Amino acid sequence: MADLGNSDGMAEIADTLAGRAEANREPLPKKERMKLNRGAMPEQDAMARARNFAEVNLGYTEQLALVEADRCLQCPKPYCIDGCPVAVNIPNFIRLLGEGNIKGAADSLLGDNALPCVTGRVCPQETQCEQVCLRAKTGTPVAIGYLERYVADWAINNRDAFTAARPAPSGKKVAIVGSGPAGLTAAGELTKRGHKVTIFEAFHAAGGVLIYGIPEFRLPKDIVQKEVDRLIDDGVEIEPNSIIGKTFTLPELREKFDAVFVAVGAGLPVFMNVPGENLKGVYSANEYLTRVNLMGAYNPDSDTPVLRGHKVAVVGGGNVAMDSVRTARRLGADESVCVYRRSRAELPARVEEVHHAEQEGVRFDFLVAPTEVLGDEKGWVSGLKCIRMELGEPDASGRRRPVEIPGSDFVLPCDMVVVAIGTRSNPLLTSTSPDLRINKWGYIEIDDNLQTSMPGVFAGGDIVRGAATVILAMGDGKKAAANIDAYLRGELKDPEPAGTEAAPAH
Amino acid sequence: MHPIVSKDQLSPNVTRLVVEAARIAEIRRPGQFVIVRRGPGSERIPLTIADVDRTAGTISLVIQAIGKSTHELTSLSVGDVITDIAGPLGTPTHLLASGHAVCVGGGVGTAVAYPIAQALSQNGVKVTSVIGGRSKEWVIYEDELRAVGDVIVCTDDGSYGRHGFVTEALKDICEAGGIDEVFAIGPVPMMRACSELTRPYAIKTTVSLNSIMIDGTGMCGGCRVSIGGKTEYACCDGPEFDGHLVDFRQLADRLNTYREFEQVALERWTAQHAEAH
Repeated sequence: MADLGNSDGMAEIADTLAGRAEANREPLPKKERMKLNRGAMPEQDAMARARNFAEVNLGYTEQLALVEADRCLQCPKPYCIDGCPVAVNIPNFIRLLGEGNIKGAADSLLGDNALPCVTGRVCPQETQCEQVCLRAKTGTPVAIGYLERYVADWAINNRDAFTAARPAPSGKKVAIVGSGPAGLTAAGELTKRGHKVTIFEAFHAAGGVLIYGIPEFRLPKDIVQKEVDRLIDDGVEIEPNSIIGKTFTLPELREKFDAVFVAVGAGLPVFMNVPGENLKGVYSANEYLTRVNLMGAYNPDSDTPVLRGHKVAVVGGGNVAMDSVRTARRLGADESVCVYRRSRAELPARVEEVHHAEQEGVRFDFLVAPTEVLGDEKGWVSGLKCIRMELGEPDASGRRRPVEIPGSDFVLPCDMVVVAIGTRSNPLLTSTSPDLRINKWGYIEIDDNLQTSMPGVFAGGDIVRGAATVILAMGDGKKAAANIDAYLRGELKDPEPAGTEAAPAH
Repeated sequence: MHPIVSKDQLSPNVTRLVVEAARIAEIRRPGQFVIVRRGPGSERIPLTIADVDRTAGTISLVIQAIGKSTHELTSLSVGDVITDIAGPLGTPTHLLASGHAVCVGGGVGTAVAYPIAQALSQNGVKVTSVIGGRSKEWVIYEDELRAVGDVIVCTDDGSYGRHGFVTEALKDICEAGGIDEVFAIGPVPMMRACSELTRPYAIKTTVSLNSIMIDGTGMCGGCRVSIGGKTEYACCDGPEFDGHLVDFRQLADRLNTYREFEQVALERWTAQHAEAH
């Protein structure tokens, strides 16, 4: 595991740059602040990390963090807060950090965000808080994500400094279905308000996509576990191995709890629907990453096996595709290729992930769509038949639609294929909840208050939005918690049943 | 945490563990399974719920020791604890309301066929069970099945019951006629042979597939099987499917995906286990 906050070379640079790293620091004049350049994130060497699972980003040192905090202009009207889906008071925690008051910074951050160690690592800051940072207009934005991570890691490693008094119990019980980012966030917020929270998790361990999906090298599992432990210390109960829709139904939960928050994610893998997809060596990204992350298959001591392809083709261009293609490199692939049907400009993955993947020797094959998985006589993958694409007119998503170039078929030799083209809703829960209204794609319908068609049942995260980001799910968790709290205090009523036409069958 | 309350050896490599799992015992229906993870570092593996005792809050897991994970489970003792049991999973058996059903069980599959035979019998369906093993000592669940209908035992070596494979006995039953449904549960070649056998008689034949799974809830897709040319998930859409539509060749092939890993893991475990004793 990376030793957080120890990168001497970077520290020296930062020290020279600012020449001041002491506590109780006086604020710098704005002019001085503007002179400071954004501090680079210390990283594990690209060639070394392409063969291990330790974290890529090593974290700011104290000096780097303090200098970066000085770069914040403390805008009177901070756009960054509006850019954050959970509305973290960014200038406040950065100001406290800059003053040398890291405990104060941590209190401020934790007050707004239940999982800052997570968001400090996996949020797409470049399209959120940092995109609207005033400093981005004339140069580079304040490294808000790196600072969040610095403060959050300090807090998680200094648990003793936090002795928050437990709130008075409200006497109300809330069930949360799913322990991913939405569920964990809601659990933290509801517990703060004195409600008794029980989280029902289908897997044997809590964390949802944070533990089964996002790899160790991007989000270490012990960090997630510490975030979960913090919630357990605060009184949250977690019931593992509880599949709602099987072990219990949603109506059963509703009977036993005063309110329910459904945050089960969008768990079903989408396959390409091309011939050969059931050959040995074809994985959904869900299966591949779950084997490696949740089940620890990269570790020789784990009983769960995972195939180690020499030439791996990963289909898709999102963050899950990046996680898969980088995982394949770490599991020994000589060639790990990302196959994407649009061009680089349309890649939905975070810029940092794409950049890291390229540094690690991942190859990108743009404007390519698979048409068939080829196999050998023993049923193993031997190649991916593809066709070249060109970009046509924009489609409904606003992105230019890829169009096949006739006659451009070719075979990409490979011995493993990972399909990372998206996920969809899992019907296990909804099919056993007849009163829960869903849309035609199987996602749960909610109103502006995140209330579903079932009284006392709220929903958020991917099971409402379709596959999205950790931070959007967390935003839903936070909003749901506030609304559930209002509901439990009688300030928010069950929504009026909709017109008979759309009403669920009883 | 699920303590083991009893354990018995049913055949040279098949063990029955009765474990505490009150909620699963309460709601499980025939045909359903659980995902078991013995402890930290262990695999998640699907196991059928062979029987339940609702009063005691226990379920019976019948396990054939073939790889490291199953050897580890079957070497646990009464009082030991299985960390994780999740379920009940899978679509329950679609049970006939009347008529005559044949339940064919091969090896450990007999324990999977038992709850189906039991439920059919409770529905008033006439049940004939055809069960088999290499020799007498490999035949399991005979007494339990006799309690819910007729039983024809077949052994490969003729050491007990009828000499020969279960398919031969099944063929005679099909010839005699009057069968509404056949359930065939066992090794892939056996299920395939039974399905091929019943096809010309146009007897509905249901098989239970033991695909490789992780979560058992549809999220990994590892258990995908071809059913009539369409990909389905054994964990959610199954584990029972129309045997006349299953691509058994692909199933057998996919079941071999980790054979090399499994062999190495078992060798390592056997060596360590020998040292420890």
